[in-house]
Amino acid sequence: MSERAIGFQYATVAQQREASTLGMWAFLATEVLFFGALIAAYLNYRIWLGDEFIAAASLTKVALGTANTAVLLTSSACMAMAVMTFEAGSKRAPVLWLTATALLGLAFVVIKASEWWLDYQEHLIPALNFDLARHGGVAEIFFVFYFCATGLHALHLLIGISIVAWLATAIGRGRIVPGGSTTRLVGLYWHFVDVVWIFLFPLIYLAGRNG
Amino acid sequence: MHAPHDETYLNARVGIRSWLLTTDHKRIALLYFAGITFFFFIGGIAATLIRLELITPGPTLGSPDFYNRLFTMHGIVMVWFFLIPSIPTTMGNFILPMMIGARDLAFPRLNLLSWYFYIAGGLITIAALLLGGIDTGWTFYEPYSTFYATGYLILAVFGIFVSGFSSILTGLNFIVTVHKLRAPGMTWYRLPVFVWSTYATSLILILATPVLAMTLLMLLAERVLHVGLFSPQLGGDPILFQHMFWFYSHPAVYIMILPSMGVISEIVPVFARKPLFGYKFVVWCSIAIAAIGFLVWGHHMFVAGQSLYASLAFSFLSYLVAVPSAIKVFNWTATLHEGWIRFDAPMLYAFGFIGLFTIGGLTGLFLAALPIDVHVTDTYFIVAHFHYIMVGGAVMGFFAGLHYWWPKITGRLYPDYWARFAAILAFFGFNLTFFPQFILGYLGMPRRYQSYPPEFQIWHVLSSAGASILAFGYALPLFYFAWSILRGSRASANPWGATGLEWSTRSPPPPENFAATPTVVRAPYQYDQGKPCMQAGDV
Repeated sequence: MSERAIGFQYATVAQQREASTLGMWAFLATEVLFFGALIAAYLNYRIWLGDEFIAAASLTKVALGTANTAVLLTSSACMAMAVMTFEAGSKRAPVLWLTATALLGLAFVVIKASEWWLDYQEHLIPALNFDLARHGGVAEIFFVFYFCATGLHALHLLIGISIVAWLATAIGRGRIVPGGSTTRLVGLYWHFVDVVWIFLFPLIYLAGRNG
Repeated sequence: MHAPHDETYLNARVGIRSWLLTTDHKRIALLYFAGITFFFFIGGIAATLIRLELITPGPTLGSPDFYNRLFTMHGIVMVWFFLIPSIPTTMGNFILPMMIGARDLAFPRLNLLSWYFYIAGGLITIAALLLGGIDTGWTFYEPYSTFYATGYLILAVFGIFVSGFSSILTGLNFIVTVHKLRAPGMTWYRLPVFVWSTYATSLILILATPVLAMTLLMLLAERVLHVGLFSPQLGGDPILFQHMFWFYSHPAVYIMILPSMGVISEIVPVFARKPLFGYKFVVWCSIAIAAIGFLVWGHHMFVAGQSLYASLAFSFLSYLVAVPSAIKVFNWTATLHEGWIRFDAPMLYAFGFIGLFTIGGLTGLFLAALPIDVHVTDTYFIVAHFHYIMVGGAVMGFFAGLHYWWPKITGRLYPDYWARFAAILAFFGFNLTFFPQFILGYLGMPRRYQSYPPEFQIWHVLSSAGASILAFGYALPLFYFAWSILRGSRASANPWGATGLEWSTRSPPPPENFAATPTVVRAPYQYDQGKPCMQAGDV
């Protein structure tokens, strides 16, 4: 399945490439509204429940969150390098950069999971072991949002890691060659997942720590 | 390279696999037609039972609980599995690529995938409704839906969530197709209005549906895990649910009506033998409706405890969104002026649309006004209003388009006499069904009640009588369309004398739509002494 083959509905490779790119942007617009709805609901409670809600935010593990931000930003840099070297015609370099991207993505998930483990030990997981007497009902609402947001983000990241791993293999075996749009599209998706985190990080981790 | 002259998309390949694994937009459109028709009749059966139930003031067919499940089923099936996908996935899928001179949509496999999402979601939801149903109404208001409602709510909501992928992928496909696959010479202002309005619809599909998806996920989380997100007993805010729900569900009304407006804009010029009056106004009104439609959701919550200032803003914006709709009605009417009007079946449905949509739109202005809305909220006035828009508008538009493009889709003509009869029957049946409901609502009859005071009975009996006529009007096409496929005479490439690209290829079209990619030389809807000036020019 070479990506150079043009779909019969297209006249030129360029037309097909532009269509795929626009399709990915339209998909990302959908994703923005998907996460946007959750963030809007979160902000509603943040304003409505005020100090108690912000106090709950201070129970998050800001050191791990910050480390994860660094990890994810670095992974995006690797992805950018992968796209650039791939389009410059190199074959080995993009595979290495993509491998680094996927590994950093995995590191993010591992750090995230360890953070969830700490949350579990502190009885912060709603519906599982949330300690209502210790933390209060408002904190429970905060942590419902926290797990919804970070969980959905991690799910997107896992999908991204799978795609990046597939892409690295495909490029390594010469099944995907410069001229198509696949690599660039995977890059767009990866950067989007990164950008979601850029919004989640201050909203979740820094809310309770602004002095 | 030329296909044999009798090869069409219907006979190019045979066998069940050639249908279930097809990537041809025309075949996928027919797959959608099958699904849409199925769900329309499921929803219609529920509607029939509702009208039977309401003939007497007390319980007639079953318990109040049964009645609750009935109207919930009617609402869910009609909204998500008929009205929202109806025109875009059938006529949009079939006609839109042909209108712009393309051989297919941009992503044919994605198109097929979206049909599977639609069918899977529909069957999951139908299963939930048949296993015992749910009693929340189609709106799933909190906290009733998460802590009190019984039945298979989780399954039904999950089915709707799955069908959302179908909406999003369809919208995405149309947007990319319109941007990137237009034939040479097909500039934006040469696009038929149906393409513009489907494009506007697609913008709503990809931007509103994900908000519903998130809202339903949050609802499921609350229902399954009993964690607080919306329910006041867990510290949540039930009004937030309404905000999020209507942020999708009001634009969804425009998902239903914009494609119908596009159909009407195609039909009126053809049967008036005149260019569409104010083409650019009609085009930009579609975009304006899609844009402003995102900002009016709060008018569903005037009595829900929303702040008065928010209500004032939403009231103003709701008046504002009526302006582009009104401009369209004026433009269709002005197109008729001094035209050579032909009263074929598609045109009769289009007239039905214009009249009923106008009544629905004007009563919508009543509801945008705060004091009147407070008086008639949750009464039959609302029920009548939105049925004038969704049934009188969207469904009339669906039938108008179906009758208009039927010869192109099937290559056969249908008996015009019976089609005109069905159109008139549906128009009168519709009015008899729903006009009494305006009066009922104004007198104070609340929606979603099985029992009512005896003095309302006369209006309910009139409404039910109208519904039986309407049911005939909707069932009749099944018969003459079936007859048309079996016995109808062959349709020419352009039986109506229309100007669009889809009419410049054979009926039914060959698999690749056009023997050669057409070159577009002029705007749509051009007539010279009543003779169509085709958009496709000689190369």
